Amino acid sequence: MLLASEFADFMQQVVSGLASGGIYALLALALVIIHRSTGVINFAQGEMAMLSAYIAWTLMTNHGWSYWPAFVATLAISFLGGVVIHRLVIRPVEGGSVLRIVIVTIGLLVAINGFVIWKWSGQPQQLSSPFGTSTYEIGGVVVAAHDIGTIAVAVAIVFLLWVLFRFTKVGLALRAAAVNPVEARLVGVRVTWMLALGWGLAATLGAVAGMLTAPTVGLDPQMMQAVLIYAFAAAVLGGIDSPIGAVVGGLLIGVLLNLLSYSSKYGAFDWFTEELRLPAALLVILVVLLVRPQGLFGKPEVTRV
Amino acid sequence: MTPRTQRIIGFVAFAGFVVLVALLPAFINDFKAREYAYVGIYLIALLGLNILTGYTGQISLGHGAFMAIGGYTTAILMAGNEQFGGPISGGVKDVWTLPIAGLVAGAVGLLFGLPALRLSGLYLALATFAIAVAMPSTVKRFEEFTGGGQGIQLFGTPELTGSISNVEILGRSLTPNDWMYYLAWSIALVLFAVAWLVLRGRTGRAFRAVRDSEVAAVSSGISLARYKTLAFGISAAYAGVAGGLFAIASAFVNPDTFPVALSIYLLVGVVVGGLGGLSGLVFGAVFIQFLPLWAQGQDLGSLLPGRIVEETQKPGGPAIVYGVVLILLMFVLPNGVAGLFRRIGQLISGRRYPRPE
Repeated sequence: MLLASEFADFMQQVVSGLASGGIYALLALALVIIHRSTGVINFAQGEMAMLSAYIAWTLMTNHGWSYWPAFVATLAISFLGGVVIHRLVIRPVEGGSVLRIVIVTIGLLVAINGFVIWKWSGQPQQLSSPFGTSTYEIGGVVVAAHDIGTIAVAVAIVFLLWVLFRFTKVGLALRAAAVNPVEARLVGVRVTWMLALGWGLAATLGAVAGMLTAPTVGLDPQMMQAVLIYAFAAAVLGGIDSPIGAVVGGLLIGVLLNLLSYSSKYGAFDWFTEELRLPAALLVILVVLLVRPQGLFGKPEVTRV
Repeated sequence: MTPRTQRIIGFVAFAGFVVLVALLPAFINDFKAREYAYVGIYLIALLGLNILTGYTGQISLGHGAFMAIGGYTTAILMAGNEQFGGPISGGVKDVWTLPIAGLVAGAVGLLFGLPALRLSGLYLALATFAIAVAMPSTVKRFEEFTGGGQGIQLFGTPELTGSISNVEILGRSLTPNDWMYYLAWSIALVLFAVAWLVLRGRTGRAFRAVRDSEVAAVSSGISLARYKTLAFGISAAYAGVAGGLFAIASAFVNPDTFPVALSIYLLVGVVVGGLGGLSGLVFGAVFIQFLPLWAQGQDLGSLLPGRIVEETQKPGGPAIVYGVVLILLMFVLPNGVAGLFRRIGQLISGRRYPRPE
């Protein structure tokens, strides 16, 4: 029988797990969009998100913008940045060997990380949360406004994306370009631009993830490294080609990691410490790839000889 | 050129290279010898990674983690971990820890090779990348073995290693830097020959068959499971030896000694050196050791406008140069430096297409 205080603690962990899970889900969605359209796993996704968070921070701190205009401007800049990165850097190696693509995205990772340190120094900065630092108590469960806000933003963005892909002509063209680029081109879809648009969308999603991560862990050049691994785990768990899978996977990973910390506090899994969060995500990746490589929502891959 | 003359040229080139390596310390200052020792260490890791990635076609972004396993094995065997509450008292001489470092890392590599059988291409890159990222926090978690975030010092045991104070060998006194250079390079050259022997025979042909077409390989009676795990094991063992040497050369290990960036550099080194060839890896190793220094404008300072050099010496500047150079390399030299030389050779000899392997 759980004590009331233990139950409140448990629920608190679930809520904050959902909040960080929402962030993983956004970044995982970005990975999935890029993987679906261009068949690339973007190792620089986390650094692109981190750069976006820095852009928001500098707009507010050094240029005196208030939060929401800075938020919108950051999304727009990130979108353009994603499009430019695709046209300039990814396009020349697309369709080449996997190794070349992997190394190009890693080159991006290194260069973006270096750029942020060069421009704004490696010192941690403070990016405020638009939802403030207040907490609410609901039936004995204390939840942070930032966590609630994060969940709300994540839900809203997933809904918007769904509308975009399901009900708009651009969304249809995006899906067509991803599923069958040759035939899409034959019916008049401008495939190259659709792929660039996909990168823009992914960069925008990453920007949101970065701006929501910074208030809790602090804005610094390394802040998205672990988040990227959790997002990888989420994308693999849900199925690397499934947007719904990315969302469900992100939430599951967020809650799972928090509950492991929670139960270690109460004696079960007491070997689990904070340092094991990343190895736990690695374990999820390995187990899923071994037991069910297509993930929870993906279609099994069929290879023809 | 017949294969016979090609082989003779190969032997002569290798012998010439051995002589060059043996004489180099006489022409460079003592401090540089240690930098070149690291080139030898990276060469060992690259030889291993190329067996896996270049010959067998399996990407690994986690070889820094296998180096970490080797490095920690060496450090624990030398300094022990009783001071953190662990069971090992240490006291093993540095050279003798290296085979053990190779074996331990190789065993872990074999174990990881089993799940990796199911993965290919991007998924393998992803899983191995996750290993590299998870390694530092795993090391911190098992503090009683590894000393946690503080790491393990080797300075307290000068009697076990020539990396710290002068040693007498064959009546001559070697400085620590020269000693480290000769240790790293003699092991590197031996392992180079071993890799060549492994790859030229039946096993090497099986590796290449797996890389070129898994379906065709299986149809010819090659066991994918056997050769892929074998490639992982050998490759990790090489990384383990390199990691052990790295620990000796630094006389210190902690979780940051083997960061994610190291794994990235190794894959980059293999690609720069040219996949599926051995001699080009020397360029890859030089690239890993010296590009970060060149990126700071250290050796090229006089060639570039002062303003640019100033900017790239600010923190973060070298990383920007490194990342951009990496991307440009993938655009212009998809087959690495070795590929460039092959291309030039083809132009000179007038041969349009390479001789089939």
